Amino acid sequence: MSLKSLTRDWEPMSYGFLDASAKREIRRKMLKAIAVPGCQMPYASREVPMARGWGTGGLQISCTLLNPKTKVKVIDQGADDSVNAASIRRFLARVSGAPTTLDTLEADLIQSRHRIPEEKLRDNQVLVLQVPNPEPLRPVQPNMSIARQMHADADYGRMWLQLYEQILRAGRVMQGASYPSLVNGRFVMTPSPIPRWDVPKLHMAKHLTILSAGREKRLHAVPPFTRVEPLVFDDVPYRVEEHGALTCTRSGARGFFMNEIPQDDGSSAFEISDSEYGVKTLRQRDGEAVTFGDTWYKHGEMAQ
Amino acid sequence: MTLTLDAPQLVDTRPLLLARHVSKTYGNVQALNDVSATVYPGEVLGIVGESGSGKSTFLRCLNLEETPDSGSYTLDLPDVGGNLFDLDRYARRMLCATRIGIVYQNPHLGLLMKHSSSGNVAERLLVAGERRFHTLRDKARDALDASEFPLDRMDAPPIELSGGMQQRVQLAKAIALEPALLLLDEPTTGLDVSVQALVLDTLKRLQQERRITMVIVSHDLGVIRTLADRVMVMRGGRVVEEGLADQIFQDPQAAYTQQLVHAKL
Amino acid sequence: MTRVLDVRGLSKGFTMHHLERHMAAFQNISFTLDAGRFLLLKGQNGAGKSSLLRTLYRSYLAGSGEILFHSAHGVIDLARAADVDVTLLRQTEIGFVTQFLTARPRVSAEALVAEPLRRAGRPLDDALAEARHWLKTFGVKPDLWAAYPTTFSGGEQQKVNLARALILPQRLLLLDEPTASLDAGARAALVQRLAELKAGGTAMIGVFHHPGDVAQLIDTEIDLTPDDKLHEDQPHVAL
Repeated sequence: MSLKSLTRDWEPMSYGFLDASAKREIRRKMLKAIAVPGCQMPYASREVPMARGWGTGGLQISCTLLNPKTKVKVIDQGADDSVNAASIRRFLARVSGAPTTLDTLEADLIQSRHRIPEEKLRDNQVLVLQVPNPEPLRPVQPNMSIARQMHADADYGRMWLQLYEQILRAGRVMQGASYPSLVNGRFVMTPSPIPRWDVPKLHMAKHLTILSAGREKRLHAVPPFTRVEPLVFDDVPYRVEEHGALTCTRSGARGFFMNEIPQDDGSSAFEISDSEYGVKTLRQRDGEAVTFGDTWYKHGEMAQ
Repeated sequence: MTLTLDAPQLVDTRPLLLARHVSKTYGNVQALNDVSATVYPGEVLGIVGESGSGKSTFLRCLNLEETPDSGSYTLDLPDVGGNLFDLDRYARRMLCATRIGIVYQNPHLGLLMKHSSSGNVAERLLVAGERRFHTLRDKARDALDASEFPLDRMDAPPIELSGGMQQRVQLAKAIALEPALLLLDEPTTGLDVSVQALVLDTLKRLQQERRITMVIVSHDLGVIRTLADRVMVMRGGRVVEEGLADQIFQDPQAAYTQQLVHAKL
Repeated sequence: MTRVLDVRGLSKGFTMHHLERHMAAFQNISFTLDAGRFLLLKGQNGAGKSSLLRTLYRSYLAGSGEILFHSAHGVIDLARAADVDVTLLRQTEIGFVTQFLTARPRVSAEALVAEPLRRAGRPLDDALAEARHWLKTFGVKPDLWAAYPTTFSGGEQQKVNLARALILPQRLLLLDEPTASLDAGARAALVQRLAELKAGGTAMIGVFHHPGDVAQLIDTEIDLTPDDKLHEDQPHVAL
């Protein structure tokens, strides 16, 4: 037996881009994050060939989770075809040899920026969300050390006060995206800047969600079947965006989260934000046989 | 020269607050030197002394913001036991958030200046677990009203209010949860004389109507005289003299107290 | 007759630290007082009349001796009683009428007068109504009732003071020259109220500049003038 037989040949790049120790650290931190839902775990965010703030957190998680058989889907604000999404998808495929897909139903791993697909995720799917700012307490407590203590004490009075102030000043909660939510009744997390529309999808979901901030070097997780409750006063109900009655002008899909496209005459047109769902609707209209998954929202209402 | 006093006989209630032999040193400065205090339910204890006498340090110890080097502190409350100085940070925070109210001299210490005044009061209720928006508002309104705060300004941020109004917001915040103990650290220092009188009157009225147990620290003998039932005179971290308010002012025993009283009147 | 006060060998002195001297106020005072009796303290200026009253009220700490007060809770030595006990007795059983009103700023006259009732647990409206009654009896003009007593003349202030001190019947009432700056009408109202309280069983100890005002109420006299310190023997003969 020679030493050579015990080691691998030198390669110009590790599998999945990140070196083994980086991946091992991220795996450990993910396990920790899953063990304590909603609790932010610091990790040594490595350099990836992409600028910080463009999804490096999500990318590192995806690189760690990939194997040659993982089907990868990458979306950016619901769209599979934005430059950022397309580049990340191609990068992941190149460094791992993993097949890619656009269809939510086929994907094993979905890396997403700021949206959760409209079709329900299954228990064998993993959603990776890119997070710019993982600290929900930052607006109320800029000092990170104190904020960590507040999390440890479940001291979320200031968080609630912020909601109180918003209702006072505007008559409703103004928090549009990254609505602070209580995970498993213990930690308040920011669910990355997903719209209010998407927050209920995390509650008791079958899939695992990992939220990772590359610039801030922290990740947290929502394990399957975990309570995710948006912070909300008992007598001021949580409201999602009023998109339930809108129809997509291109595909005719109705009752989903829409992108608003301002028109020259001052009015607005709406297009479905989950682009692949829109594409499927169009294909079905053209007579193709298309499989739709079960959706979280039905006829514009969240199924109870 | 005078008689030593007996233990209480008529008052069958136990003291609410019992602080024993509290000492604290900062570097080589002895801020508190064996300070003890007893406060009965519904009573107002005034602590007077010049700057550096240790009176504010003692109050911060009572608010569990400071941990002394030695000494004990107990509150006679149903679910509160043992030496409170031994509590961990979390237990202290919960105790102070729900049972002890404090009004600081500097409103910036006690208030969020850019939030609404009602929000400042509501925060305390939120910490205690109130989750109904309208109840929060009602309770905040009641507390502000009891502090004689003009209700048409209840949603104005404290930064836009006068010093007297800011103190009223602090007071409303402190009494919102009906605290067992209200601590006041120079509550009227820095206010105009006329405003001072108004705030003092509010405090006096609250004390009489709700029988809130108070410990008030001030260097202003007039404030102490107006509010306190009993007075503790401190100097250099020690208790110089203790007695009924009018007795301390009319028949001070210690040389220092005489100086202090005669300097004022 | 019910005993209210039993004073034995009471002495008081002041240590003036800045003079490094000790000055005696009065020495070795003994007397007893029963319910419904009125004791007049006499003596020259500086004889210690006011000091004795203040010592009984515990505004001054006694130097030696006993002040056995027969309270509703039992006998207690006021000279040695704990501060909280004294506070309790002051709120419920011992009243003190001074020459001067130390009114809290910006509190209306009627609120000030109603305070003892409020402290005794009476509802606000009720307490205020009774306060107004007494302000009227002592001759304070109705338009002043809601005003701040700090702005009043000395005589008006004294009326407010009396109304406040006499509104709640007590077991023992200490009077320190209450008639000092009163007009005739108020003086008559005061004497009438005192007689009423006396008949109700309140024991009183008073210092009066013109004892003639209350001549018919006086039962006993003590002269505090130093040469012959104590005359408790002869009952007062009304003139």
